[in-house]
Parts: sequence; C-alpha cells; structure tokens
Amino acid sequence: MSYIPAEKLKEQAEELLKEINFAELKPKDRLKLPMQEMPSQAPDVRRHNISEVALGYFDAQVKIETERCLQCKNAPCIKGCPVAIDIPGFIRAAAEGDYQKSVGIIKRTSMLPAICGRVCPQETQCMAECTVGKALKDVDKAVAIGRLERYVADWEREHGTMSIPEIAPATGKKVAIIGSGPAGLTAAADVRKAGHEVVLFEAFHRLGGVMIYGIPEFRLPKVILDKEIDNLLSMGVKIEKNFLVGRTRKLSDLLDKDGFDAAFVGTGAGLPKFMNIDGENLVGVSSANEFLTRANLMKAYTPDKADTPIYTGKRTAVVGGGNVAMDAARMALRVGAEEVFVIYRRTETEMPARREEIEHAKEEGITFMFLTSPKQIIGDKDGKVQGIECLRYELGEPDESGRRRPVEIKGSEFTLEMDSVIMALGNSSNPLISHTTPEIDVNRWGNILADADQKTSMDRVYAGGDIVLGAATVILAMGEGRKAAESINALLAEK
Amino acid sequence: MSKVLEKKQLSRDVFMMRLHAPNIARERRAGQFVIVQADNDFSERIPLTIADADEAEGSITIIFQVVGRSTLKLAQKNKGDDVENVLGPLGRPTHVEKFGTVVCVGGGIGVAPLHPIAQAMKKAGNKVIVIMGARNKSLLILEDEMKEIADELIICTDDGSYGRKDLVTAPLKELCEKGGIDIAVVIGPPIMMKFCAETTSPYGVKTLASLNTIMVDGTGMCGGCRVTVGGQTKFVCVDGPEFDAHQVDFDNMMLRLRSYKPQEQDANHKCHLLEEVEKLQEQSK
Repeated sequence: MSYIPAEKLKEQAEELLKEINFAELKPKDRLKLPMQEMPSQAPDVRRHNISEVALGYFDAQVKIETERCLQCKNAPCIKGCPVAIDIPGFIRAAAEGDYQKSVGIIKRTSMLPAICGRVCPQETQCMAECTVGKALKDVDKAVAIGRLERYVADWEREHGTMSIPEIAPATGKKVAIIGSGPAGLTAAADVRKAGHEVVLFEAFHRLGGVMIYGIPEFRLPKVILDKEIDNLLSMGVKIEKNFLVGRTRKLSDLLDKDGFDAAFVGTGAGLPKFMNIDGENLVGVSSANEFLTRANLMKAYTPDKADTPIYTGKRTAVVGGGNVAMDAARMALRVGAEEVFVIYRRTETEMPARREEIEHAKEEGITFMFLTSPKQIIGDKDGKVQGIECLRYELGEPDESGRRRPVEIKGSEFTLEMDSVIMALGNSSNPLISHTTPEIDVNRWGNILADADQKTSMDRVYAGGDIVLGAATVILAMGEGRKAAESINALLAEK
Repeated sequence: MSKVLEKKQLSRDVFMMRLHAPNIARERRAGQFVIVQADNDFSERIPLTIADADEAEGSITIIFQVVGRSTLKLAQKNKGDDVENVLGPLGRPTHVEKFGTVVCVGGGIGVAPLHPIAQAMKKAGNKVIVIMGARNKSLLILEDEMKEIADELIICTDDGSYGRKDLVTAPLKELCEKGGIDIAVVIGPPIMMKFCAETTSPYGVKTLASLNTIMVDGTGMCGGCRVTVGGQTKFVCVDGPEFDAHQVDFDNMMLRLRSYKPQEQDANHKCHLLEEVEKLQEQSK
C-alpha cells in the first residue's frame, strides 16, 4: 500500500460514481466496487504536525463504500462487534443518504461512534466476519465499516442534532462509576438511562481515561472526545474529578456511608512493564505511558504553552510491537525526534499493532527492526542514554499463544546509538485496588476477577475493561461496561 | 477546585498554603502526598507533601519551594484564588506504632512532610527526637511546630547561624552510638537521605526515607517515579513514598531527578524565576 493523495482518491471516487447505475447493482457487481481508501495527510507533512492523520471519507467515497455492503440476511458482521451494532442497518441508511438515521441506529448500542469509528480494530472484529472480505479473500477488502461509522458520527457532530437518549423516571438509587475511560463512560450512560443517579469518579483532571492520556491527538482529536463526553454529561451524569477511589474515599465507604447502592470499577490498565535489563533507569528511558501522558494529557507537544517537559533527543528507540508502540513512535517524531526505530523481537506478521498503524508509521519514515531485542541500555558518564545494545533473534517453535517463539542468536550483539528509549511492553495491573480494597479478589497478576455478569467478589461491586481484561481495546472495554450496567440495572430493579 | 485559605512566605523561596480540600483532610494519614496542578490544561502536575491537615475546617497545608515555572505559578496564587486541581491523598501512609524511641531527621523543606509523621509517632506513644537541618537560619521552617511535638529537638545549620554548625548526620551518629533508637525517619534532599542511611546502617537502626521523585499522574500509571530498591524497580506513587533507606539506590534516584534539568533551566530563564520570586517577596512585605 503506498500513499495516495486525498484529492486523487476524491477524483477517482467521483469518476467511478458517474459510471455506476445503483438501481441495477447485483451482488457480483458490488464485489467489483473498489474498497475506498481513507484519505490522509501527506506523510512528509503530517510527521511534523499533531493534526489528525486520517481525514475522513469524501461524499462520493461514502456512496461507493456503502454500496459494497451486500446487506447479508444473517449479518455475520454483527456477531463480530462487541456491542452488536446493527451494521447492515446503519450502512443501508447511509447509502440512502439519511445520515441522521444511520447514526441513530449506531447509537442504539454504542455511545461513542466517532471514537470507535477511529480506534476500533475492525479488521479483527466486524470486518473479519464480513462476507465481502471473505469473498475477496482479503479482510482489508471487507466493507470499511469503521470508516463509515466515523463518517456518519462526524456528520452528526458537524451538521445534525446530537440526540440525548431518553432517561427513565428517577428511581432514587445511586451508582458510583469509577474511572471515566471507555468502560466507565459506557456504564455511566447505560445506568443513567435506567433512571438511576450516577456519579462518575475520575482521578485525572480530564475525562476519557486512555482516550485522553494514551491515544494521541493525531489519531483521536480531543475535541471529538470532549464532544462525545459532553453528550453523555447532558444526560445528567455527575462528575467528581481529582478523586481517586481507594485513597480519596474508600470504596466500602462510598457504599456503606455515602449512600451508593452499587459501584462499577473501570480503572483501566496499570503499572507499565519494564524488561529488567541494565540501564532501564537511565535518564532518557521512559515508559510509553509516561511519554504519551506527557505528550497528550499534559500537551507537551505544544512546548511554547505547556509547562510539562518531554524527553526526546534526536534518535529514539521504541521497544514493543503493539498499538501503543506505534503511537509512541509516531508521537516521538512529532515532538522532535529526527529518527525513530521500533525494536520488536518477532516479525512484522506477529506484530499485535493494527496493520493501518504500522503502514502509517512506515509512511512517516519510522524504521522497523524486527527479530531484535534490547540486551542493555548504555549510558554516558552523566547517566544519560547514549545507546542500546541489541541481540538478533530467529523464530522457533510456536508457544502457548500460537505465535512462533523468538529465540536469541548467540553472539549476535550489536549497538545502536540512541538518546532516548521508550518501553512499550504493556502494563501489569495497578496495585491500588488490592492495597485499598481487600474485599475485591484479584488474580495472580492483580487483575480483578469478575464473573460473566461482571460481578466481583465484593457485594454490589462490578468491574470491567482493562482492570479485568489486562490490556485490551476501547470497544472491548465498552462491551464490558455495557454488560456491567445491565447487571447493575437488574440488581437495582430487584431491590 | 481548591480555594487558597491562607498563604505565607516561610523563607525566600518557600511558601506555605492552606487549601480547602475536605475529602483529603478527612482521609489523609501521615506520610501521604497530593498532586497539585495550579491551572488547567497547560500546567504541570506536581507532587507535594501534606504538611498538616484540619479535618474540622476541611483544609490541608502544603509547603513547597519555588524551583520552576509550575511551583512559581502556584506561589503566585493568593488567598481567595482557586488552585485548579488537587488530587489525594496519595501513596501508602507511614506505618505508625509504638516503636519506643523514634528519631525524625528533616533537611530543608523535608521538614514539612516530616511534621505529620513526627506528630503521629508522638501520638502513638513514642519518644520523638527531631533533628532539623538547613543551610542557614533563614531557611529553617516549622521550628515552633516541631518544638511542640519533640521530646528533644536538635537544630543544625551549615553555616552555624543557628543551632549547631553541623550536618544532620553528626547528631544522628551520636544518637546511634548512644544506642536505644528503635527507628529513624529521614526526609530531605536525596543526598542528605543517602548519608543518613549510611550513618544508621552500621548500627543496624531501621531507617525509613520518604522519596519525592518526578511524577506525572501519581496513581501508578506512568512509571516516571520509579526507583531501585533492593535491586528491584519500585514505583514511589503506589509502592511508596516510604522505603527502607538502606535498600534505596539514591545515586540512581538523584540522576533521574535531573532528567528534565535542561528543560527546567530553559523554563526558568524564560520566566525570570528569581525576579518573580523577589516580586512575591515585595508583595508580602
């Protein structure tokens, strides 16, 4: 896949549109329509700015892409969606040009379509099940469900009326939602809809969880996030920012003394993982969490305004192969690194990052070093990073995850000059809950144990999202938030 | 948002502020800290220790030194102004019990977080010996408050302008030699804590140090605060802030504290830090 300028994509779509007679499209004609690429900023331009990389479809592209959908009776795509959006339904409405109706259909099951349209890994979810993709034997040629979702959600924000869901009459019951990430926001909306009073507790000074501190502006503009959150707040959800449940108030006190009838814990991922190699605590080594929080939440990408500093240097190495590694690498370019290297111990095929993010990173000039892993980080006399010693690997037998295990090649050490290193190795759980709330059982990695209804071992307390799943995705967290809200609503209906 | 109830300049660049924060005042225990952000959006989040709290009034007291743009912004707030974000109490509270004799050693602004710990140790029935140190007399803080708590108070200044002309390690060593110390708590600049730990170590006196490292979130998410304790990586915000001083790698901690020095110096230059502090001094006269 090579970069095609946005204007060119627009032209191609408009030309094609003139040739198609939509009234007579047969399924095999639909399969011949080309999958519409996402227009994006030119790589050499965007690597120096923080604006969103993907620009969104042009009208002509929406028309073509919606007509690629076969409207399968059995709708396999819906089964691939963690919140079961009526995908053929919203695409049909969009094909008819009724975008308001289209977004209305999505919002029946997803509160945050402009976000999910941008950050969901559709290629492993709805698109993986899509008949078009299967017929063409390429998931990347399935109907671009996420891009269409994004289009109608953006259309609503810019042209339509943001509708507020109907709220049931007040029940007099009160629910605490802890954490304002995707799980918490979804749970808050669903519990509120049932007429319960909802208080949303957030430790940070801004709402959104990983969507505000982790996912960069160039992938998810914060104005879009804020708008979707505003919409939620207009439902009457109360907010308590700068409030760390467990420390500012014990969870048991909220339930026993402050009159909360139930609680949902959606506190997200926790402590960043390190490799425990030499040199990891040198100046210039940070976790991806720290690097991205400084850049995103604290806005260090605007050094003339932000007080929070960020460490870059000219050559930056990012260790890891997930979406967070891609975000950190691409952010490093934008805050001043001249060369960025992604160091990953398996091959590109095994990389957990989304294909689209890897392609974007490559287009922007990031160098990938596969089958490579750091052995130690080397410091100068002042304790600052000056290089990274790596070992080469080869793929051996598959391990329990089914991926071929990387095996080090003895004696293959080599050193790269670097002035900063970002560790993007995932997170282990935050010990705060186990320190402050012993009533909640956790597994040996510290993740909260929740049953199929998201219920924890503590009475009236439910949990979901990364604190239960380990590091997962926005949409899976939303799915768990929704399930927990159902359980809470059922519990409170009984009482 | 937290209203400033009182502001006082304790020394040239050290300020005391009483903030309205009823939740924190109710829950805080000795040894815990807060994260403060002076204004929304572009301000930095900075960890500050809680020097005191009044649950009835719903207030906490913070004491901080102006070292950069963010602490200057905070110092420029006056009575009646709002501090945008205050999060806490954070960190694990000090383990307080009746140990017997407790030596509390505070250096410079480290006396501020030491105060509630000395208070709690006294309340638990311990004999409390306090050693306070500063570069000179004008930089000493909380002397009266400590006098009230301490069974014995030893003051040291580097230049001899007040109390003994000594480093805090000198009286600490004497006390260790005399024996009968059950635990020591040391808080101050990392170099002081390092030498206090080296002083008590040969005598086998259990020593706790409270660390104030670089932090962003303060809730166990960013890992910026990590330190090496007993060869393992620990997070000051959730595993600390107190650790066994004999196990802490202070050299690495000092190194990491200097991570953003070039940027800070640049910022100080831009905002004419010293001139601004002097202006504040003029105002308070």
